[in-house]
Amino acid sequence: MQCIIIILQVMSGNYYIGDYSILRNRQVIQGGEVIFESRENKPVSFFTEVYKHFGLNYPRFYKMDNLCKLGFLCAELLLKDKQIQQLYPAGETGIILFNAASSLDTDRNHQQSISSRLDYFPSPSVFVYTLANIVIGEICIRHKIFGEGTFLIEEKFNPSRMFSYVRQLLNDDIVKCCLTGWIELDGDQIDGIMVLVEKTAPDPDRIAIFDPGILTKIYSQIS
Amino acid sequence: MRKVYVVSDNIITSLGFTAENNLAALEAGQTGIRLHEDEQMSPSPFWASLVDLNSLNDRFSAYADPDQYTRFEKLIICSIQDAIKNTSVSLTGEKTLFILSTTKGNIDLLDPKHGARFEESRLYLWNTAQLLQRFFRLHHRPWVVSNACISGVLAVIIGKRLIGSGEFDHVVVTGADLVNEFVLSGFNSFLSLCPGPCKPFDADRQGLSLGEGSGTIILSADRNLSEDHGKIIVGPGFSNNDANHISGPSRTGEGLYMTIRRTMENTGRKINFISAHGTATPFNDEMESIAITRAGLQNIPVNSFKGYWGHTLGAAGIIESVAGIGSIRHNRLFRTLGFSRSGVTHPIAVIDETKEYQTDTILKIASGFGGCNASLLFYRS
Repeated sequence: MQCIIIILQVMSGNYYIGDYSILRNRQVIQGGEVIFESRENKPVSFFTEVYKHFGLNYPRFYKMDNLCKLGFLCAELLLKDKQIQQLYPAGETGIILFNAASSLDTDRNHQQSISSRLDYFPSPSVFVYTLANIVIGEICIRHKIFGEGTFLIEEKFNPSRMFSYVRQLLNDDIVKCCLTGWIELDGDQIDGIMVLVEKTAPDPDRIAIFDPGILTKIYSQIS
Repeated sequence: MRKVYVVSDNIITSLGFTAENNLAALEAGQTGIRLHEDEQMSPSPFWASLVDLNSLNDRFSAYADPDQYTRFEKLIICSIQDAIKNTSVSLTGEKTLFILSTTKGNIDLLDPKHGARFEESRLYLWNTAQLLQRFFRLHHRPWVVSNACISGVLAVIIGKRLIGSGEFDHVVVTGADLVNEFVLSGFNSFLSLCPGPCKPFDADRQGLSLGEGSGTIILSADRNLSEDHGKIIVGPGFSNNDANHISGPSRTGEGLYMTIRRTMENTGRKINFISAHGTATPFNDEMESIAITRAGLQNIPVNSFKGYWGHTLGAAGIIESVAGIGSIRHNRLFRTLGFSRSGVTHPIAVIDETKEYQTDTILKIASGFGGCNASLLFYRS
């Protein structure tokens, strides 16, 4: 299997990871360093702290559920100094995200609102977030990304599936660049990582060839 | 890139447990959308298309104990079991992959009325993938696509690409979703449920009807694994985002237009029939009429199947692709049940009578919350 992957890579050329961002537990990690740490325990308080610390200005953020806030912040940190709208055609940037719990965090909130007939208050502003792919929609709106989007569920971070699907989209020229990541939020557990995969090496001093190994390495950084 | 064939399929809805039964119901113009009164599912009566639980359990008991599996799992397993009857694709082989498409899976287990009998982990969609792997002794853990109402179309697109590139030889794409209190209350809070069977593209349309069901399409690089020796080929398919709104479609149909245009650029074939998403909400149908017109397809016959079995969410793309393939197999176009007078600003060729029609190439389109859109081509070899 390993051998097949290597041959395919040589055939189709390499792709590159220019940058990544991690929001895990109560830390923000970029470029191998913890760039922000919080004492807030609740995910929502942590996300608000990150939003303020990095001076973000996007009021829509406050409407989002926790899963979307996590994905939005990962994308924001990853893309903040890049003009991907200018570098790539609008329809050719993809977003391929994975997690284990889908939108269960908000699903539980919606369930709570219908659990009693005496206290029955389902709300459209909650219900709309009971789909995991809404986070892709939020990132698309923010960064004007019109390309291929897919949300997939896996029990654990699965670098070989992430690699093989994103590589296929690039090989087939369906996307010219791709945001991919593991955006997991379940209860108070936060585990978000996002990488930007491009066809050409964006920064010759800081390039990594896109493969399952580098994904594992980035994901398993001990903070 | 290798050709990808549809070698078998299935549909399970209120109208039947096989693709043939469902096609017969389309031919007869039957709807499975009825008024239900069930205090456990909704405080007020509701219109929906529901699969009869006793019939489902009867069927399922041929494979395993119905008490040990959830309603969602039984729908998926029965659909796969029926589809694999007609092909000799090896399910357990190293080059076979399953892809599961669903929006909410076992979400009804969040309610203690349904969930008390099962462990909490059963709620997670990866758990369903694990269960399928055990049940069918699969070499690989199934992929799970959960991407709102385009999940089914997207799952077929992914399966097609994975065979095209040679990574797999056979892909079993299966999808299911339930009608339960969770989704009924949610769509109700959006005021998007129709007080009666839905009326896609009609001037009097008042919203969607929910439906439950499952569907399966088995794809293969080997045309000889099908009973018809590879009559149906899966063409190009793409998805694009509107980048505009999370709960409403783009007013210009941008994402859907982009995906249709890309699909057309990647084929030399003339499209004979469009199976639209056609949920019968005012915004969706209007947006589709705009995108179809922008793509220059306003004179191509178009229908929505939602009036027959409702909106089956994560299963819709699969169920409606199978029904669309039925149009190629039988050279028949099925009318848009519930439609009588056009209610979209861009006139499109909504099919209002079931009739014979030379159908070689079909376009399946879908759109969903999160601004997602997908389109996919099937054609006769």
